[in-house]
Amino acid sequence: MKPSIAEEELMSPGHLACQGCSATISMRYALKGLGRETAVVLPACCWTVLAGPAPRSALGVPVLHTAFASAAAAACGVKAGLLARGDSRTQVMAWAGDGGTFDIGLQALSGAADRDEDILYVCYDNEAYMNTGIQRSGGTPQGAWTMTTPGQGGSRRPKKDLDAIVLAHHIPYFATATPAYAEDMVRKFQKARSIKGFRFIHVLSPCPPGWKSEPADSIKLSRLAVQTGLFRLYEVEGGRSRLNVPVAKRKPVGEYLRLQGRFRAMTPQEEARLQRRVDEAWSA
Amino acid sequence: MPELEAPAPSDPRVIVSGRSTAENLTGNWRTLRPSIDAARCTGCLICWKYCPEACVALTEKVPVIDYSYCKGCGICVEECPTRCIGFAPEEAA
Repeated sequence: MKPSIAEEELMSPGHLACQGCSATISMRYALKGLGRETAVVLPACCWTVLAGPAPRSALGVPVLHTAFASAAAAACGVKAGLLARGDSRTQVMAWAGDGGTFDIGLQALSGAADRDEDILYVCYDNEAYMNTGIQRSGGTPQGAWTMTTPGQGGSRRPKKDLDAIVLAHHIPYFATATPAYAEDMVRKFQKARSIKGFRFIHVLSPCPPGWKSEPADSIKLSRLAVQTGLFRLYEVEGGRSRLNVPVAKRKPVGEYLRLQGRFRAMTPQEEARLQRRVDEAWSA
Repeated sequence: MPELEAPAPSDPRVIVSGRSTAENLTGNWRTLRPSIDAARCTGCLICWKYCPEACVALTEKVPVIDYSYCKGCGICVEECPTRCIGFAPEEAA
């Protein structure tokens, strides 16, 4: 049988990710879509660690490690440097977590998007600061336990609407992706490669230690996030939005919540409220 | 525009990781070992596709798991549509 996505592997085994980490599956797919002529810029995030300490690297492409707030700015610099050397082919991908995107890197991201810099910015969103031990970020959903939102009720604030913030910059390409939908995800990276200007991909990336879920369930959770309607797979090109994976009959959000220990303290009332919010969002 | 030269590999300002993490044999993290039942495998390659370690090799029919790297996460076990991947404690394997 022929594989449904590119065979070439640019991510090496032996990386230092936890068991069942979907940030690594996401990186595999990203590089399958982008190919060898890619340079990766990593701010502080899980990938800083799991790419492996020097002199080893888990990526078969050049990597620049940079400070937390500066993923987008550093990527713009790398792109300018490549152009100065006469290389207009190499794609520059900033690859940041939700902490480095929703919170700490937001200013640099906004600046680069506003200038329509020719880079691809990817946020792999595992919905908290996982690398430093599960502290709440702007990407943490309401009701989720984290180390900084313990006890009944979990995180009080709703998840920041990053998609709306990024889309407000009128960029040429925006997409969401999650590894359960591998073919959709690889296609979006291929497409992003073919477009000039500032491109953004928001990847929902299940994290077993942070979500208190079984490592074996990472793909199942990624799929359930879409099938329950909590995470929408869509892309926006030239201002036109298109839903890529229509969900004919949404599953109850409880199927997604109950595989994750971080939602264990959620009350039935809170769950019903979340279900109502999802239903309203889809009927809008 | 001035001509820029690529720095020599010995340039102390450039940190180059020329080696791969494939030197790290992460298979010793594993407590449960997935094993594919060749008789029931349909060769759909879903185990290859979803492996976070990229340590399932494509072959003509039955994919081969590289136990030097497999951390035993069980995603392949869970996602296999024919449920033909066993998952037994490492001692019993």
